[in-house]
Amino acid sequence: MYAFDIERPTRIADAVKLLSDSSESQPLGGGQTLIPTLKQRLAMPERLVSLTAIPEMQGVCKSDAGELCIGGATTHATVAAEAGDYPALAALAANIGDPAVRNRGTIGGSLANNDPSACYPAAALGSGATIITNAREIAADDYFQGMFTTALDEGEIITEVRFPVPEAANYQKFDQPASRFALTGVFVARFADGVRVAITGASEEGVFRWSEAEEALSKDFSADAIAGLSLSGDGMISDLHGSGDYRAHLAKVLTGRAVSAAG
Amino acid sequence: MTQVSMTVNGKPVSGEVEGRTLLADYLREDLRLTGTHIGCDTSQCGACVVHVNGKAVKACTMFAAEAEGAEVTTIEGMANPDGSLNTIQQAFQDHHGLQCGFCTPGMVMSAAALLEENPKPTEAEIRDYLEGNICRCTGYHNIVKAIMAASGQDVSAIAAE
Repeated sequence: MYAFDIERPTRIADAVKLLSDSSESQPLGGGQTLIPTLKQRLAMPERLVSLTAIPEMQGVCKSDAGELCIGGATTHATVAAEAGDYPALAALAANIGDPAVRNRGTIGGSLANNDPSACYPAAALGSGATIITNAREIAADDYFQGMFTTALDEGEIITEVRFPVPEAANYQKFDQPASRFALTGVFVARFADGVRVAITGASEEGVFRWSEAEEALSKDFSADAIAGLSLSGDGMISDLHGSGDYRAHLAKVLTGRAVSAAG
Repeated sequence: MTQVSMTVNGKPVSGEVEGRTLLADYLREDLRLTGTHIGCDTSQCGACVVHVNGKAVKACTMFAAEAEGAEVTTIEGMANPDGSLNTIQQAFQDHHGLQCGFCTPGMVMSAAALLEENPKPTEAEIRDYLEGNICRCTGYHNIVKAIMAASGQDVSAIAAE
């Protein structure tokens, strides 16, 4: 790693100030992606601003409107343990990486990184969550802008993520066992006004909504409803673990399984 | 340089570290607690697992500065006060849960974290919990058996291999 300073502010306002002081500052969540990246010298910040010592960015609670509010620096392990009001989300968090990774990795860090194979982007987009930063509120539909690309500005940090709780939901992850990321993962959520389907680990553009499946499932919430649909392998990730066509097929299979499991 | 203070295996320690100093390197190089092993340095293998405030973490994927004020437990803190092996360590010995021993510190620390959360895990739960701990010698079978035995469960039905 190149040398850098590390700061551990205890208030959001202090973190934002430290990040705006210098363009060479970078926020540090749980570090489960950033630290390996630094080790490979793929990043060269002068200063890391750790967000894990800020109490106001920790924990899970319920808003008056019934939404599940999760602090940006809340670990996957805490979400797994405390998001019982949204079982599909708790189950997703319980299956990210491995136990030691879940004790450090944070929801805000995962969403800010927007790895094309990460689990949380599927939950946020599939639930129609709101990403709350120090500066504004961003709808999930506007937030994800491509592989490792989000609507976040330089120095902007995710302080909270607000999830509407659907009537039924399920996440199906097809593990890539070496990386423990999703080879492909599908999050399906049924709300009173329609169904959302978000697919991660497949597209070269990162997480996306499968609108044809949403339309079919909104009319008939059953695995049979998508039997006649198919996704194209064009623009899907192709690597030694699976071709684009394979991932496209997997996305459909997992969508069906998620619908069946959500009930 | 950053000043850090923490409690390691019940003893207060402090020192100066660089921002980039990993917790694993602080434990090994500064405190000379070399039981915490660095196998892969890419957070895959789990040989460096320690407990920070009671939670299992990979010490190669956390900065020393982030452990400021924390209670850290390493493999050196696991033995009984008289120096004898604790229940988990003894079970690893009894059931041949190690061969070369390189992954063992991380395995023991993960096992301790698991049994803290789930005192009577099933075999499947143990295997699932050890997902982030890689052993290249034993094929896991006896590690799982040792953890089952350490939890006080009957392991006679698990075939010896």
